Amino acid sequence: MLYTIALYVALTIFGLGLIYKVSLWFRYSIGMDAVDLPTSRRVSAAIKGIISTLFSVKVLTLLRVFILDVVLQIRILREDFLRWFMHMCMYGGFMLLLLMHALDKFITSVLFTDYYSTLNPFMFLRDLFGALVILGLAIALYRRFILKVSHLATKAMDHYAIIILAVIMISGLVLEGTKIVSYSNYQEMAEEYADLEQKEEIRSLEAFWVKEFEMVSPDIKGPVDVKSLDKGKELHEMSCAGCHSRPQWAFMGYGVAKAIKPVALSLDRANVHTLLWYIHFLTCFFALAYLPFSKFFHIIASPVSLLANAVMEKGRSDRANIATKQAIELDACTHCGTCSLRCSVAPVLEEIPNVNILPSEKMPSLKALASGKELSEKELRIIQEGTYLCTDCRRCTVVCPVGINLNDLWSNMKEYLVQKGYPEPMVWAREAIGAEYSLINMQDKVLSLTSADRGFQDEVTPLARVNTYSVCFGCENCTTVCPVAGNYDNPREVLGLLPHQIMHSLGLGLRDLAFGSRMLWDCLTCYQCQEHCPQGVCVTDVLYELKNMAFRHLKEVA
Amino acid sequence: MKFAIFLGCNIPVRLKQYETASRAVLGELDVELVDIAEFNCCGYPLRNIDSKAFVLSSARNLALAERQNLTMMVLCKCGYGTLRMADHLMKENASLREEVNEILAKEGLKYEGNIEVKHLLSVLFNDVGIEAIKEKITRPYKNLKIATHYGCHALRPSNIVQFDDPVAPTLFDQVVEVTGAQSIYWPSKLECCGAPMLGINNDLSMNLTEKKLTDGKQSGADYLCAACPFCQIQFDTVQEMILSKQGADHHLPCILYPQLLGLSMGIDSKTLGLERNRIDITEIERFLSAV
Repeated sequence: MLYTIALYVALTIFGLGLIYKVSLWFRYSIGMDAVDLPTSRRVSAAIKGIISTLFSVKVLTLLRVFILDVVLQIRILREDFLRWFMHMCMYGGFMLLLLMHALDKFITSVLFTDYYSTLNPFMFLRDLFGALVILGLAIALYRRFILKVSHLATKAMDHYAIIILAVIMISGLVLEGTKIVSYSNYQEMAEEYADLEQKEEIRSLEAFWVKEFEMVSPDIKGPVDVKSLDKGKELHEMSCAGCHSRPQWAFMGYGVAKAIKPVALSLDRANVHTLLWYIHFLTCFFALAYLPFSKFFHIIASPVSLLANAVMEKGRSDRANIATKQAIELDACTHCGTCSLRCSVAPVLEEIPNVNILPSEKMPSLKALASGKELSEKELRIIQEGTYLCTDCRRCTVVCPVGINLNDLWSNMKEYLVQKGYPEPMVWAREAIGAEYSLINMQDKVLSLTSADRGFQDEVTPLARVNTYSVCFGCENCTTVCPVAGNYDNPREVLGLLPHQIMHSLGLGLRDLAFGSRMLWDCLTCYQCQEHCPQGVCVTDVLYELKNMAFRHLKEVA
Repeated sequence: MKFAIFLGCNIPVRLKQYETASRAVLGELDVELVDIAEFNCCGYPLRNIDSKAFVLSSARNLALAERQNLTMMVLCKCGYGTLRMADHLMKENASLREEVNEILAKEGLKYEGNIEVKHLLSVLFNDVGIEAIKEKITRPYKNLKIATHYGCHALRPSNIVQFDDPVAPTLFDQVVEVTGAQSIYWPSKLECCGAPMLGINNDLSMNLTEKKLTDGKQSGADYLCAACPFCQIQFDTVQEMILSKQGADHHLPCILYPQLLGLSMGIDSKTLGLERNRIDITEIERFLSAV
């Protein structure tokens, strides 16, 4: 009763969740490309796209991708054998358990008319598949918590996925063990199938099961005579053998049975196997209901992403479908971290501790943006920093096991950030610092030297070479050779301060002037100034350092 | 001769032909290349934002090459300048070195400063040598005028990058002339291409590019020649943008040095990726002498 109710409740939640999640694929968009497209337009574009693809030669591409990337997961194999092995164990084992064991009434018994879960090869295979999943889980735990693969961040959803899977597997395994040793289970079966009346026979069969099938009986202790065992064997072959292979074949459950043998009778009296059965199926149903909202949703979204990416390309495909594909990609991400392992900028994380540098950790931010969640300015600044540190090397896109075109996602993310007033950091810093240090705009103001910020001078000295500004004697060589200054008829007007004036303002401790000057932010870093300085002032390096200081300052303010 | 080839972030994605052409040419010249998959961003884009992050990023690459005891050969001038600067800072500044090495130690890496960073052109000039290149030239150019673009970060600051004389460099011109082409004098040879300001101040960036293109054209160049992805993209992709925007008449295509050299060695244009350039450069084959 509880079983049926729970199953239908779970199925309903799963179905509704699935509809909800799939509907988001047609509602979410990333960046500004598809903001003007209504859901109806996107649904019709998708239907049209799918039909036209299925009736074209592209269907061969889809078939190839399905076999290689979805079923065999070659993309994971190319990156890391251990990971591929881990995933194949979990995914292969679990799928086979689902089809053969959970859905045995609908699949296995239809395919094999002689199917009994306690008969070989089915009994052995069930344990084999279970062993695969457990092995996969063990490797997953090993990678995350012992090997500590770098840049592999473990989030709550990764924990949940591992916990749910572990509970299902362990409860099932222990359940099998307790059933093997269970006396009450044996009695029920014996009554139903053997239907023995003579005390002698009952005892013989029981003795045989205790000896050969690891059952634990309160009545049979110590050795039993051979005659009785022979009789038991005879009875067993008559009534039981048709449905029961030896428990050793269920090698995992058999191991558990051996281990719990000393306490088997108490467990049986406490009806532990029933409790385990409840835990087992309720967790399975919970997982089913939770699937659309969990990491497991990738089971559905990732194949779709792989197939869609195989036949779609930005610029060529309908932009409505690209937007839909990108929304699917958000669900397809399994947070496996392969992208971050190969990310070209990832090592910087040690120095700039912003996880948004890592592609796998940018995905949650992207999800938040796509769902229209209101983010604070601080959160958006952090996302901006992470997004713009990306060098567009595309390595993440090349290695993504589920084929997500991450690079396109990042460019859409940048577009969105620009629209929201979070542009390329250099542009942002130039404007932000210009607004804060506006003294530069008051051309005729007489500056009082006493107000100069002496602390500023001390700050500009992390590297010996930067300190060289103090020997500047104002010959203006740097300014003469500067191509930026040379680009304008009246450079002072455009640039605020010229290179030699920036060096001089540093000597005076005038933070306001140095930061606010446009010259600082338009520097090409061509090193002409530094090369031509007769005093050995590292002009370009000083400008670099000033920009660094400005960024540090802006971060502190934020 | 064996080098760890450092491609950086741009070349594999936006300038594949630079890589294929370089590999083809170096293969002919018996230079062995080792690919280190763990290489990361050279640190150049971080220099404006965070110097320590830049040094860390660079130093990790240096440490990876040092672990295999290999000299690094960089194809990008900005990457070259950045790695040289980081190498210098790691040697000059003991506390910085310690700090960076402490972070690298988490991955079992350490940079001790025992390897050299070279640019593709310096490898060709100093390690392979003009004579060895000359032997491989089968189809020298005739009447071809090339304007060499040196690239700021290879030349300056000269005390650190040590590529060539910063005021009167000849290295690039010599490797161009060995192909039979004439390397012309042009006033803005050593000036910036404008790339660093792209996306930050586009007007300034394109103005500088345009000035160089006009100068090259007026000085009589048939082609510009670059050996840096940033410069090449600026003279190719960005020039295309400038042309389409203003329809200006200073169309001056830019060829990557290994493409120029490769053609004169008789390597086919497909391997050299000529058709991958945005502005057509296939006409340059007409300057080649017959086999």
